[in-house]
Amino acid sequence: MDTVNLTIDNKPVVVKEGITILEAASGIGIDIPTLCHMKLDDLNIENKPGGCRICVVEVNGRRNLAPACCTNVHDGMEINTHSMRVINARRTVMELILSDHPFDCLICAKSGNCDLQDMAHKLGIREIRYKGEQSTYREDTSPAINREIDKCIMCRRCETMCNEVQTVGVLSAINRGFESVVSPAFEMNLDHSVCTYCGQCVAVCPTGALTEVDETGKVIRALSDPSKTVIVQTAPAVRAALGEEFDMEAGTLVTGKLVAALRRLGFDHIFDTDFAADLTIMEEGTELLNRLGKHLAGDKDVKLPILTSCCPAWVKFFEHQFPEMMDIPSTARSPQQMFGAIAKTYFADKLGIKREDLVVVSIMPCVAKKYECGRDEFKTNDNPDVDHAITTRELAALIKLSNIDFKSLPNEDFDNPLGESTGAAVIFGTTGGVIEAAVRTAYEVHTKKELPRLDFEELRGMEGIREATIDFDGLPIKIGIAHGLGNARKLLEDIQAGKSKFHAIEIMSCPGGCIGGGGQPYHHGNVEVLKKRQVAIYQEDKNKAIRKSHENPHIVKLYEEFLGEPMSEKAHHLLHTSYFDRT
Amino acid sequence: MPKIKLAENTIQLILNICTEFENKESELINVLHKVQNKLGYLPAEVQEVIAKGLNCSVAKVYGVVTFYSFFTMIPQGEFPISICMGTACYVRGAEQVLAEFKRQLQVEVGESTEDGKFSINCLRCVGACGLAPVVTVGEKVFGRVAPSEVKKIIAEYREGCRDDSKTA
Ligand code: SF4
Ligand code: SF4
Ligand code: SF4
Ligand code: FES
Repeated sequence: MDTVNLTIDNKPVVVKEGITILEAASGIGIDIPTLCHMKLDDLNIENKPGGCRICVVEVNGRRNLAPACCTNVHDGMEINTHSMRVINARRTVMELILSDHPFDCLICAKSGNCDLQDMAHKLGIREIRYKGEQSTYREDTSPAINREIDKCIMCRRCETMCNEVQTVGVLSAINRGFESVVSPAFEMNLDHSVCTYCGQCVAVCPTGALTEVDETGKVIRALSDPSKTVIVQTAPAVRAALGEEFDMEAGTLVTGKLVAALRRLGFDHIFDTDFAADLTIMEEGTELLNRLGKHLAGDKDVKLPILTSCCPAWVKFFEHQFPEMMDIPSTARSPQQMFGAIAKTYFADKLGIKREDLVVVSIMPCVAKKYECGRDEFKTNDNPDVDHAITTRELAALIKLSNIDFKSLPNEDFDNPLGESTGAAVIFGTTGGVIEAAVRTAYEVHTKKELPRLDFEELRGMEGIREATIDFDGLPIKIGIAHGLGNARKLLEDIQAGKSKFHAIEIMSCPGGCIGGGGQPYHHGNVEVLKKRQVAIYQEDKNKAIRKSHENPHIVKLYEEFLGEPMSEKAHHLLHTSYFDRT
Repeated sequence: MPKIKLAENTIQLILNICTEFENKESELINVLHKVQNKLGYLPAEVQEVIAKGLNCSVAKVYGVVTFYSFFTMIPQGEFPISICMGTACYVRGAEQVLAEFKRQLQVEVGESTEDGKFSINCLRCVGACGLAPVVTVGEKVFGRVAPSEVKKIIAEYREGCRDDSKTA
């Protein structure tokens, strides 16, 4: 490997050839400010348009200042990252950006979490010497995402996520010069486009230009309505990230405090989406074994591989992009929707109340879940199975609003019957988890033997596409895993071409799975945060007394009392769904 | 998404042009150029077919179409009027000339008149700065155009429209 010698702020350094000034500086603890640049290392995601010029540095012998994020190092370079000239240039660039930015900070959804605001603060901007025209662009709202493009600084991060990482292709820079904005084709609204609502554009937008639709007001209203019973479910990935909103170390598990906070917010029953994740495994696992059994018996009509279906953005993706393959994914609803369907039938009956008087709120790491609960097939007489889905971030806002000192809350337990869950359900929160949970149950159901081990390291990790073969007592089951829709697309194209060797594939839209969901606390481009959340999820699995879905006593009881058996007619009606061609 | 409702042979024509450029996304500009030459303009449906043909997103195609003022999504009039907005023309009053055209024809830039006769477009420098401000109608070039001459230019092309009372 070739190396180069250079100095940065008078410090001599030896670095690899071919890296950028930004990388070289960060290696010796010099933090050059950046705005448009973003790099998520282990996920192979990089946005490097070199557009904002906040990262400029002075290079001896070069006439112009150089953008550090997209200038490679050379032997003998002498770099100054904070000369007078550099600081002046940076501040001028910043003032120019701000001169065309609304001054809405006090009431902006992104306030306190905005990279632009932080940069203005870091650079000590105290006045804006440039006055010019301010761009105005209509607001666009959809079931999940708001676009306030006035606040866009054209960093193009959302384009990178939507086009390169997710390969959905909704967003593009359009028009030129002052008129240019990031927009769907023909300036159509997001809800007319092929957007999946994965929220990855929201997760990386440095400003308030892209945000989730805020439903906290609706939740507060429901909680203060004495005629309603309000119950809540919380998704697995939330407990591994919520603490970050309260300055806790990334990867801190806050399950007990989360439950306590929900109780103080006034929910009548605190339940767990994990319960429904166990239910999902019962249904999806059974479906897998059915299809596999038929396939092995020589039935040529049965479709393999089976694909997971718990991610609503992924569902919308294949409905738009692969409608001819709609018979391959499992028909199992997502855990969120299974929970809602059981809550508004089984549980409402237990309470002796009408479904209209029961409000189901879900706390999700996800913005697509907002869209999912609004889908018509998940409503009965116009009453949705899940009334409101709010993100991890929105929950944090509600907790702060309600004067709850989160850090000092005691650990409390979920309520029953819909609060009991297993380790298998917890790992739904990370890429690889759903299929590992399915393996734990399918293996035992199929072989009628106890699993010799519960941890399937071969299914874990952060690689975009992974594969493993699991021995089902002599029957090799080939498993594929993809996270990020671009990776999913690759596996789908293989299936289309008849080249896929898998029996089952897990797909999650968000890089990392739900731990990296569009509704999670912002990672600000730091992939370590996602990795720590993943560690936490597997830790929670280990902490659980029961780690296989089919051993969850309340699930067993639910089948005995209400559903019969997996894939029964009632289960079909309440827990399965169908897909729609959206082309 | 607007549903594709183009005639089958138009779709084929577009796809053939894409194939001619090896269905490469990097050839997008050339494909757009050629398709616009054939069809006169690039409406949404056409852009969708091009996106399919080059296996890229429609948003990308639309991004390029809106970036270059040369491309248009609106059918041009029988007599397309282009006003140069390059620096020289601008300084010498192109904006007032444009305003006069808009007033006379009652259309905005990028639109055509109801009878389909005229459309207005703006161009970046056409390289005839000595003649600034420059206006082209079809192939014909008019130099040193003053707002007061606009009416006359239009009349030249509009048969039977010498009756001044009609152009308010
Ligand atoms: S939500 Fe996902 S699919 Fe929709 S625009 Fe954003 S990145 Fe693209
Ligand atoms: S919408 Fe946000 S992420 Fe996209 S270009 Fe604008 S500021 Fe960047
Ligand atoms: S991976 Fe999880 S967070 Fe992301 S869209 Fe799918 S369900 Fe939502
Ligand atoms: S961060 Fe380098 S140009 Fe924007």
